[in-house]
Amino acid sequence: MLEVKDLVVEIGGRTILNKVNLKVEQGSTTVLFGPNGAGKSALLMTIMGFSGYNVVSGQIIFNGEDITSLSVDERAKRGLGIMTQRPPNMTGVKLENLVNAISTEDSLDTDAIAKKLDMERFMERDVNVGFSGGEIKRSELLQLSAQNPCLYLLDEPESGVDLVSIEEIGKTIDELLASRSKCFVDHNKRGNSALVITHTGQVLDYVEPDMGYILCNGTVVCKGHPREMLKEIKSQGYGECIKCKRGQL
Amino acid sequence: MQTGTALKEKAEKAITKVAMYGEDFDLNEFEVGTREVPLTDDLEDLDSDLKQTLVNVGVLPDEKDRSGSFLMLDNAISHSSISDPDIELMSLHEAMEKHDWLEDYSWKLVSVDADKYTAKSYLENANGYFIRAPAGKKSSMPVQTCLVMGHKDATQTVHNILIVEEDAQLDVITGCTTKKGVERAMHLGISEIYVKKGGVLNFTMIHNWAEDIGVRPRTAIHLEEGATFVNNYILLKPVRSIQSYPTAILAGEGAFARFHTIAVAHPGSELDLGSRVLFNAPNTKAELVSRTITTGGKITARGEMVANELHSKGHLECHGLVLSNKGTQRAIPILEANVDDVELTHEAAVGRIAKEQVEYLMARGLSEENAVGMIVRGFLDVGITGLPEELAADIDKTIAQIGKDAI
Ligand SMILES: Nc1ncnc2c1ncn2[C@@H]1O[C@H](COP(=O)(O)OP(=O)(O)OP(=O)(O)O)[C@@H](O)[C@H]1O
Ligand SMILES: [Mg+2]
Repeated sequence: MLEVKDLVVEIGGRTILNKVNLKVEQGSTTVLFGPNGAGKSALLMTIMGFSGYNVVSGQIIFNGEDITSLSVDERAKRGLGIMTQRPPNMTGVKLENLVNAISTEDSLDTDAIAKKLDMERFMERDVNVGFSGGEIKRSELLQLSAQNPCLYLLDEPESGVDLVSIEEIGKTIDELLASRSKCFVDHNKRGNSALVITHTGQVLDYVEPDMGYILCNGTVVCKGHPREMLKEIKSQGYGECIKCKRGQL
Repeated sequence: MQTGTALKEKAEKAITKVAMYGEDFDLNEFEVGTREVPLTDDLEDLDSDLKQTLVNVGVLPDEKDRSGSFLMLDNAISHSSISDPDIELMSLHEAMEKHDWLEDYSWKLVSVDADKYTAKSYLENANGYFIRAPAGKKSSMPVQTCLVMGHKDATQTVHNILIVEEDAQLDVITGCTTKKGVERAMHLGISEIYVKKGGVLNFTMIHNWAEDIGVRPRTAIHLEEGATFVNNYILLKPVRSIQSYPTAILAGEGAFARFHTIAVAHPGSELDLGSRVLFNAPNTKAELVSRTITTGGKITARGEMVANELHSKGHLECHGLVLSNKGTQRAIPILEANVDDVELTHEAAVGRIAKEQVEYLMARGLSEENAVGMIVRGFLDVGITGLPEELAADIDKTIAQIGKDAI
């Protein structure tokens, strides 16, 4: 469903991503690991099409279509949705108004999800303004439920979230991924997919991962079984993985 | 007390006195607005163009949910009616005849020789509205007043006095505008507002002019102990020049004033909008919030707070959005403390819409136009409530257009 081919990206003239190759299969959850500064967030932001992430070469293919030069809203319309690491303060924009503005006939039941995420009392608040870390994540998930994308790009959904909320957020993500897809109707298969960045792997307690990648210094250094990868990273850090697996790619 | 002759002399001396701010208009280029205006028993009887003009400044011809209505056309009163027996509404001239004591309120907060515009208004014996909420009375619905300029190349001079007596409460919506086809004219408006002990006045003013109109309001508000004054000012349509700098005098302990200003400067518009608060009693509070947008015009957003007594507390916020390369935004906050133990703060920012914000919304599927519109709407939302639906719809349309033009 998503294919990133030989992607080279610059930010302000500096190469941040170098020949990245990665695939997310339909209905699957792909996990992106990698040390701080590796370029994980940059990859997600580039896939979504944010400005400042300058694609020098390579391609982003979504559902068979080359979307490399599409605008952000066009990508959103085709079914990409993102939870960024640091969303901006949206002074004056009330969460309720935003959710209503995003909502279409494809939307999930946002009222129910707002209730479940305990976000009802935030509906009159300005989006992200003064939100705590966990509140930001929950507000992002609520917005995503209104958007109902086919590919979820999730940047560290569990970071800054307390242990109780992690369960709520993890379960909600799993639910969103399992809900009816606006891109694919195949009752035997999950329609929605995800590309998830995680350091701790906590979100994987609630969402079953299918594939894992490790990004280092702007390039993919390993591809493999995500749970084993996580185990390895936890016990040996990234150094080992890079050294051991380089030859296998 | 100053006699009429003394005031007249002062005014005559000031008739060419250039105002401190704003473009200097030569008032001799304009005719004196007519006092021969048609009387209207029922606002519904006005022609449909004029009715729409009223609606666009929040004045409802059907008077639904209004406790009274007042319409001034050029320099005379066309309509005045009040359904709330507790509230007094009439022309100022009529009120001056009725109440001897009103002398003590006239030309007391605004001086006749402040500049040529006040002088002109005095010398012309300007008429306007008089509204009074007697002690302890609360108007359940707002009084609406409308000042309309009906003739090209003419001046309209207005003198209003509002009095909210002890523990009374009053809401006023006032719309100032021009008839269709009146492109060039001059509006001068004196407003003297008194809110007495424990009184509350919510005052909402909507301006809607045309490309070549000059506007010079001169307003002062006197607040006694525990009094509250909330001022909302909305200007979203083109105009040539507006310069106004209303002053609230917090004269009694615990008095509170809030000014909300939302304004858009279109290409060719020059807006010089400020508000000033004098904290002349202990424990007084004020909030000055201004949100301005330029789509090509010039804006100066002023705000001034002068703390003269202990425990004064004020916050001033001037935010300006620049949506065009040709526009100018200036924010000029002034804070002055003349005693210790006061808290005056300000926050000023001018700039364009952050791309990051636009893309955040676009990533949720909104088009760039809708994203900008949503941000602009949010920017201008300072929580003004109670606007009539028709006006809110018109405001929405204007904002959507601004969003469209911005990209
Ligand atoms: N706007 C920017 N300007 C300059 N450098 C940037 C910009 N955005 C990202 N970078 C740089 O690109 C590199 C990759 O950043 P990125 O945010 O993608 O890392 P990451 O893998 O997500 O790290 P983390 O785990 O800490 O979130 C970093 O060195 C970062 O400093
Ligand atoms: Mg990151």
